[in-house]
Amino acid sequence: MCLAVPMRIIELKESGTGVCELDSVRYDVDLSLIEKAEVDEFVIVHAGFAIEKLDLDEANARLKLFEELAQTNDRQLAE
Amino acid sequence: MKSAERIQLGHGGGGRLSRSLINSEIVTRFAQKGPLAGLPDGASLQIGNSEIVFSTDSFVVSPLEFPGGDIGKLAVHGTANDIAVSGATPLWISLALIIEEGLELALLRRILDSIRLASVETGVQIVTGDTKVVARGQCDRLFINTAGIGRKIKSLNTGIHRIQQGDKVLTSGTLGDHGMAIMAAREKLTLNEKLYSDTCSVHRLVAEASQWGEGVKFMRDPTRGGIASVLGEIVEDRSFGIVLNEDAVPYNPQARAVAEVLGIDMMHVACEGRMLLICSPDSAEGICSAWRTLPEGTGAAVIGEVTDDKGRLILETGIGGRRMVDIPQGELLPRIC
Amino acid sequence: MKYVDGFRDTGAAASIVRDIRHLASEVEDKGIDARIMEVCGSHTMSIGRYGIRQMLPGNVKLISGPGCPVCVTDAAYIDAALELAGRGVHVASFGDMLKVPGSSETLADARSAGAGIHVCYSPLDALGFAREHPEKEVVFLGIGFETTIPTVVSIVKRAGSESLGNISVLTAFKLVPPALEALANDENVAVNGFLLPAHVSAVIGSEAYEGFVTRHRIASVIAGFEPLDILLGVECLLKQLAENRSELVNQYSRVVTKSGNRIARSMIDEYLEVADSSWRGIGIIPGSGLVLREQFAEYDAAKRYQVSTVGGTPDRRCRCGDVLRGIILPGECPLMGKECTPLFPVGPCMVSSEGSCAAHYRYSR
Repeated sequence: MCLAVPMRIIELKESGTGVCELDSVRYDVDLSLIEKAEVDEFVIVHAGFAIEKLDLDEANARLKLFEELAQTNDRQLAE
Repeated sequence: MKSAERIQLGHGGGGRLSRSLINSEIVTRFAQKGPLAGLPDGASLQIGNSEIVFSTDSFVVSPLEFPGGDIGKLAVHGTANDIAVSGATPLWISLALIIEEGLELALLRRILDSIRLASVETGVQIVTGDTKVVARGQCDRLFINTAGIGRKIKSLNTGIHRIQQGDKVLTSGTLGDHGMAIMAAREKLTLNEKLYSDTCSVHRLVAEASQWGEGVKFMRDPTRGGIASVLGEIVEDRSFGIVLNEDAVPYNPQARAVAEVLGIDMMHVACEGRMLLICSPDSAEGICSAWRTLPEGTGAAVIGEVTDDKGRLILETGIGGRRMVDIPQGELLPRIC
Repeated sequence: MKYVDGFRDTGAAASIVRDIRHLASEVEDKGIDARIMEVCGSHTMSIGRYGIRQMLPGNVKLISGPGCPVCVTDAAYIDAALELAGRGVHVASFGDMLKVPGSSETLADARSAGAGIHVCYSPLDALGFAREHPEKEVVFLGIGFETTIPTVVSIVKRAGSESLGNISVLTAFKLVPPALEALANDENVAVNGFLLPAHVSAVIGSEAYEGFVTRHRIASVIAGFEPLDILLGVECLLKQLAENRSELVNQYSRVVTKSGNRIARSMIDEYLEVADSSWRGIGIIPGSGLVLREQFAEYDAAKRYQVSTVGGTPDRRCRCGDVLRGIILPGECPLMGKECTPLFPVGPCMVSSEGSCAAHYRYSR
């Protein structure tokens, strides 16, 4: 029930919904809970609604952290 | 323990609820001994010196037509595959149709053409059948039953009793494509590239594998309930277990994305053109390579191994954890096949 | 799926687990067991699905708290829904509710017997159904925490603006911060770290927990629900325990801001007001629920149809309440796997896809 997935907005519609995409799966999502949604922004989708935006800078920083951790792991395994 | 006194949708799901119905109502009446004992995919029977396999399946999939196939194609492949994974070459199929008044003739024709094409590709003949029409509302458009007979392949001797610790678990390709294609069609999810059902006949895969003779221990096609159901049932109450390597299990990335969006576990999702095979360790690579030469086997992979962890189906997860894989409970995905 | 797969990398996981082991032995040297509670269904499921417990050292215990709204819904709520279905009202619900035992049967049982009940992925599906079937009365089973609440309230908002008169909501909305308060005040509950929910926090903001952490001085981390998020969350809590700190840390800052989702919060405020609420197995937690304001009474199914959603008589053998408070682990319940299985559940923890007993049964037996 708390299931939520990050999806990219690819099209905004008049009705206040947007077409969102996860890895080429497209889905109509209600954007009424999001302020100033824009195409190419990422949102967290729950029960058919976008409940919050994904801050890409923060997300990328986090991914970078994991890459570094993975590299640390590789180094430690090599030792 | 409170028991359900009416049939629930979950009883047809292929998971635990289905099995409990079958155990309490079918096994007690028909399968205490004889060909039905142990509930094989197909019944092994003897006529004179010939060993044959006999199997049946009914098809109630909705929608009737979906990317990659239709109910007719499923009806041929479904029964042919049950025969094939029982270690036999499918030969003859019966075709029974239950049609709802009002079904468009053009649709029926498309489905019948599809059945003819599928039977030619599978090398089976439709030899007998029946057609019934019921009043509007008394069945949902079209239901099909097929039954089939095949000739046992002499070099193959398969069964749960042959499985041993150290044996390898193989899949002939990506898992869950059929179920996810149906779900995507039903939920009207738009996809950049359509998700196609994997429905096809596995008889050529079985023929290839038969070259390894005694090395082939067990075969089954993971339909309703997915690989979790098939493998979970195999290990239950046995002296062995199975461990799967999550990273080695092949999935179509689009199917995975749909599953992610809908919150579905891919290991519970049906295939209609794949097979699981358990073999001796030295046969595994050979069978996989042979499979990969066929279009229906391009995704073949070794996904796990038989252990001495009695009765347990375990998954080594992508991040290095370990957890159990349970047989799905009830009606995860209704009318998938 | 870059923003999904990147958070599930094996090498990174191994690295974090190594750090966790170092910190765990520091914590052990201080004579402390780390008892970390999560109160979020997605955390329960992620931990189960990725086998995270197996990766942690023995003195780090991950406990599932009352993070699953289905699990804490009173038996009487199901009874009320069944009552409505029996009167010919069409019931629309999230899938998980269908197999929860009321005082005597489930919604799935009623559906098999012919009642008009169907499953929705989104509350908007129920609205669509009501529009397409003006001849039917439709009730949506509105259960959920703050993540889901605004989505359900949209039904009331849109029904109002479209003058749709045939739909209402049977509410059982619950709030997480008062539940945390109740857990921290419960002397039977022994927890020294909280993994705070991912998406509830996205709505209410990190500021919602500041008072709680200051008052109770329990280390708390807001963590995303991907396995690497959870592992980093556990690492942060262990570091705090090792260093005698009890701070609130937001590690899900890619989604959770300090003030949360302004639109969702003001929508909640406009349509709902705080009330006491009964949590199945736990009892009444003051100020832990939300009910529709008086002016929206026509959309409040309990008032519209005069049914009560509080109380009911769940199975006396059921220990869900103790499981939900982390007093016993799911594996320690005497009914686990015997009288209580997902097929024949005695209590809701075994039913919901996010229930801790369901997760244990599926992933860890």
